[in-house]
Amino acid sequence: MVRILPTASGERGARIELAEVEAALLASLAQQLVDLVGVPDEPAADPLAALVGIDPHAAPSEDPAVLRLLPDAFVDDDEASAEFRRFTERDLRERKSRDARAVAADVTTSAEGGVVLDLTGERLANWLGMFNDARLVLGSRLGITDDSHDELADLAPDDSRAPLVELYGWLTYVQDGIVQQLLEPPA
Amino acid sequence: MGAMSVAPAEIVQPETVVTTERAWITIVWNDPVNLMSYVTYVFMEYFHYDRAMAEKLMMDVHEKGRAVVSSGTREEMERDVTAMHGYGLWATMQRDD
Repeated sequence: MVRILPTASGERGARIELAEVEAALLASLAQQLVDLVGVPDEPAADPLAALVGIDPHAAPSEDPAVLRLLPDAFVDDDEASAEFRRFTERDLRERKSRDARAVAADVTTSAEGGVVLDLTGERLANWLGMFNDARLVLGSRLGITDDSHDELADLAPDDSRAPLVELYGWLTYVQDGIVQQLLEPPA
Repeated sequence: MGAMSVAPAEIVQPETVVTTERAWITIVWNDPVNLMSYVTYVFMEYFHYDRAMAEKLMMDVHEKGRAVVSSGTREEMERDVTAMHGYGLWATMQRDD
């Protein structure tokens, strides 16, 4: 069972201990995130634009979960949102898939018998980013709203949403545990 | 307001905590998934706000539905909005009318 502790070195961050099954689950989830938001691996129509991070074809996703990860930057200005997207979406996709890949690599290389890791520096940023993105996607898939938490907490065991709700709860527990280590560093 | 500025038909007037005359603002919106602890952490980490300020902004987002988290030039706000999206917060930018 997952445990979150202060880092061994006292460095800012958190130490995480994952059981083997949790590590495998996380690796699978991280890979799904890469598949969902990663930049499609196809030759760019305009190599120069790609080189400087511009994606002339970036458009708001029709998948609500992806749209939540890559949202519009303006409330009532589709044109400004579209321009913003062309200049920023590629980098944002790359950051999110880099986070997810980093977590997948962390938990696959040493998964046998579980994983113990100190999350600090860039690795800490990768993990927090991946956990938050995973929760946003699951929250979207489950249709989580401010009012639906109670309903989802009381699902029948045979409800098809139950496994996702359990996973969402686990991710929430771990992410909050890591953040608490950062907000209240040991004296 | 300058002669060239055009007011949008519907102006969203958020709770302003950053009192400057700079022209653009970044707004973070409430969503049912992001953790209160994580949002506080992001405001401290990215904007370097102290804990009290970060928690006040987080509570504004949570209770009022949104908060103005920064203000500045358009380019600065583009940077802030991009960063918030990187952290997974739902942020938009607009002119500070």
